[in-house]
Amino acid sequence: MASKYSNLTVKGYRRENGRVGVRNHVVILPVDDISNAACEAVANNVKGTLAIPHAYGRLQFGEDLELHFRTMIGTGANPNVAAVVVIGIEPGWTKRIADGIRETGKPVAEFSIEQNGDFETIRRASWAAKDFVHWATELQREECSISELWVSTKCGESDTTTGLGSCPTVGNMYDKLLPEGITGFFGETSEITGAEHICKARAINEEVGERWYKMWKAYQDEVIFAHQTDDLSDSQPTKGNIEGGLTTIEEKALGNLEKIGRTSRYIDILGPAEMPKSGNGLYFMDSSSAAAECVTLMAAGGAVVHTFPTGQGNVVGNPIVPVIKITANPRTVRTMGEHVDVDVSGILRREMTIDEAGDALIEMICRTANGRYTAAEALGHREFSMTKLYRSA
Amino acid sequence: MAEIPHLLVHEHADNVGVVVVEGLTAGTDMLCCVTHDNSTFRLTAGADVPIGHKIALKDLKAGDTAIKYGEDIGKIIADVPKGGHVHTHNCKTKRW
Repeated sequence: MASKYSNLTVKGYRRENGRVGVRNHVVILPVDDISNAACEAVANNVKGTLAIPHAYGRLQFGEDLELHFRTMIGTGANPNVAAVVVIGIEPGWTKRIADGIRETGKPVAEFSIEQNGDFETIRRASWAAKDFVHWATELQREECSISELWVSTKCGESDTTTGLGSCPTVGNMYDKLLPEGITGFFGETSEITGAEHICKARAINEEVGERWYKMWKAYQDEVIFAHQTDDLSDSQPTKGNIEGGLTTIEEKALGNLEKIGRTSRYIDILGPAEMPKSGNGLYFMDSSSAAAECVTLMAAGGAVVHTFPTGQGNVVGNPIVPVIKITANPRTVRTMGEHVDVDVSGILRREMTIDEAGDALIEMICRTANGRYTAAEALGHREFSMTKLYRSA
Repeated sequence: MAEIPHLLVHEHADNVGVVVVEGLTAGTDMLCCVTHDNSTFRLTAGADVPIGHKIALKDLKAGDTAIKYGEDIGKIIADVPKGGHVHTHNCKTKRW
């Protein structure tokens, strides 16, 4: 059924595989930690490129290595990225990541450092990067239906105002846009603890709900209970959460889950950094509740815009995905206004309804997709944090 | 709503509410609003409570369950009088 949201359009970049991006980055992607320096040198040589340094990629194995590849390939494959230069220490894993990104059809060039050194690698990679920049800067935005956007959410430095205002704002947006055909992501597995009965019931059917519950329980048993030394005081909830008035994980979880609204149902479960394959709809991604890690995983899964409710004022951004900050906390608006994209503090004063707040967020999603820099982009927040499952070999 | 509320409560079943104004002082005659249906009531703040922190809507005893969103958010571990501050000093998770 047509709604007032059905005809919304954004101006995006249509990529070779048909997906729509809202940014047009030329990324210089290191395969491993020791290739960061070469990538940063290339990004320094060629303006309009973006190096994404990170800490990992050596001697990982098993599921942890698979996650590394998935995160690297997913980051390069994201529709916000026009073209990618991949640099690794040796050609094997470099090729694996480059080939994974090439499946999207976008231009990819790969270079490895052994038997070339940094100088020769940087020289060759700089030429490739420069060609990509000339090509990418001539790409034009075109009119796309809002239904083509993949929109993720994760909240951070939450407090009691997130459950009252900013999280229900995101939930209202999903309740309005998921029926129009967008693809959505939520996650933060440990942060559902206390609301797992509600989350399980929000699956599209019992089978998906059961799979979700097994995944949540495995995180409890294999991550939390296996490593805990106390009641997780100051970790989950965090010090910032407690300062903001959140007392227990149960309270935090119930506020967190407000992000999926009243009517939305998730259709499938994704592993960390996994791309959706069950069509448009809402997905739960098994993910860390730490802001930069979670946004990085969802970006690797293919999200092109992230909606980020905050209470106490988490300042996180991402290199390739615009992160829209929403807060209902009037003190945060007053003291950290430069980080806020959507001020919904009127909800607390009962001057703004959740419905109005949801519409304000949808408007900001469209403006952001059309090219408006988010606060995090303007302030240079490019946190890229890869999730690591266990120690390397 | 002409007057701005001091305290918001999610559901009628809740026994705690959230302070939504800065600088709330003990003795304030608070306007409280239940967001579920925008119904209102009044309650006297029993302490200076920071924005975002919780206030007991009735006398809570050690062993009681704190209810917010109509759900269990943890156990009360020390008595809290009606209007008192509810936080980590008197409320704990039941989970880990």
